[in-house]
Amino acid sequence: MSRQGLVALACLWIAGLAGLVSWGGQAAEIPLQDRQSGYQLMTPETRAMQDDDAANPGMLWVLDGEALWQRKDGRANLSCADCHGDARQSMKGVAARYPAVDPGLQKPVDLEQRIEMCRTEKQQAPPLRAEGKDLLALAAYVARQSKGMPIAVVEDDHTRPFISAGREIYERRQGQLNLSCANCHDDNSGKRLAGSPIPQAHPTGYPLYRLEWQTLGSLQRRLRNCLVGMRAEPYAPGAPEYAELELYLMWRARGMPMEAPGVRP
Amino acid sequence: MLALTMTAPALAMDPQPYAVVGDTIPLSLTGGRGDPAKGRSIVATRTQGLCLLCHSGPIPEERLQGTLAPNLAGAGSRSTEGQLRLRIVDASRVNPDTIMPPYYRTDGLERVSKSFAGKPILTAEEIEDVVAYLLTLREAP
Ligand code: HEC
Ligand code: HEC
Repeated sequence: MSRQGLVALACLWIAGLAGLVSWGGQAAEIPLQDRQSGYQLMTPETRAMQDDDAANPGMLWVLDGEALWQRKDGRANLSCADCHGDARQSMKGVAARYPAVDPGLQKPVDLEQRIEMCRTEKQQAPPLRAEGKDLLALAAYVARQSKGMPIAVVEDDHTRPFISAGREIYERRQGQLNLSCANCHDDNSGKRLAGSPIPQAHPTGYPLYRLEWQTLGSLQRRLRNCLVGMRAEPYAPGAPEYAELELYLMWRARGMPMEAPGVRP
Repeated sequence: MLALTMTAPALAMDPQPYAVVGDTIPLSLTGGRGDPAKGRSIVATRTQGLCLLCHSGPIPEERLQGTLAPNLAGAGSRSTEGQLRLRIVDASRVNPDTIMPPYYRTDGLERVSKSFAGKPILTAEEIEDVVAYLLTLREAP
């Protein structure tokens, strides 16, 4: 190849790289003081539904979870309460610091995964069905014990690599529509995608009751919905990418009050 | 210059070659004229054109329209036919940071879901229909 040809190729290459860098660079993180929960974008009626325990459909799962907490299960014949006692004390603030890096696995596990670990390892019972009623009920019951508490995921030597990995996924363009999470949730939050206002993607309310789903759902379900909307291949259920994204989102929402079980349109 | 997409072996759905001149694709992707009525329906259909997810436009029967992008009213007087065609084929050629999806590009995309992999969002014919429709939008909102 001629020298000119090589120079032209090198230029193309650099132009290509510059293109990639400016995609990532485009996303401007939302300043801490300007953050707001998806709750803020809801109608007064939907907010009232979340605020009133008697009207919040998520409370049905919380009540189921309370019963499951007491139920002995598995070959160990233990209930959650046998190990953890009264959840109102022992689980206070726990959901606010999840996903957490498990010292044994050396990777972040989210609340649902942590509950499954207790179930299979401590109770020695078969895993609950992902996104099934019982797992959601236990997660909702545990998360409820942190309601109103500030999200407490911190960046330290253990979490830093996973927070970065989550941020990288969040800022990466994906799918046939070639969009990143940041394109919508950082750069265009508050604007309307078709009729729906785009929230800032703070995971304050999960698991939450979505009127559109007519049921309670986990944060992983929400992320999967957004990926499908981008026409990207969703990660396999339980894939590490979800825990990394969840960890990044919780860190991004640090200090914001927990709302679980939330309600969303 | 021909777009790089064209070097891939041609599958039935693969984008066909086109030439970019400046900020335009001057020639029709199909060689023919699009149908503005079909174009309007593609733009209005949320699962096909997807345009009204982000844009608003003079399509009053579609109540839920987006506010992420300029109103499409007047698009036909703001841009030439060739500019509109390039914008829809691959808006990143006009603005590298754009959030507007590339409607006729299949390379350089990551983790496209299996059901859409290797397919452009719209076919050449559909893009010509949309261009023909946009050219009828002469009045600003
Ligand atoms: C094209 C726009 C778009 C993209 C891209 C997108 N989302 Fe969303 N997201 C939405 C909209 C709109 C909602 C509100 C719910 C709805 O209307 O479906 C939402 C809701 C959410 C929520 C729930 C917020 C709440 O208040 O409960 C989270 C969390 C979230 N998205 C995270 C993500 C992540 C992570 C990605 C990337 C993997 C992503 N989103 C990609 C548009 C988008
Ligand atoms: C995910 C968002 C998104 C979607 C979907 C989208 N656009 Fe756009 N479009 C934009 C943005 C943002 C701009 C503004 C310029 C820029 O940022 O590149 C734009 C600019 C344009 C322009 C030039 C501006 C003007 O009106 O003069 C036209 C024409 C246009 N889009 C047409 C369409 C059509 C037709 C479709 C569907 C086939 C479509 N767009 C789908 C985001 C989008």
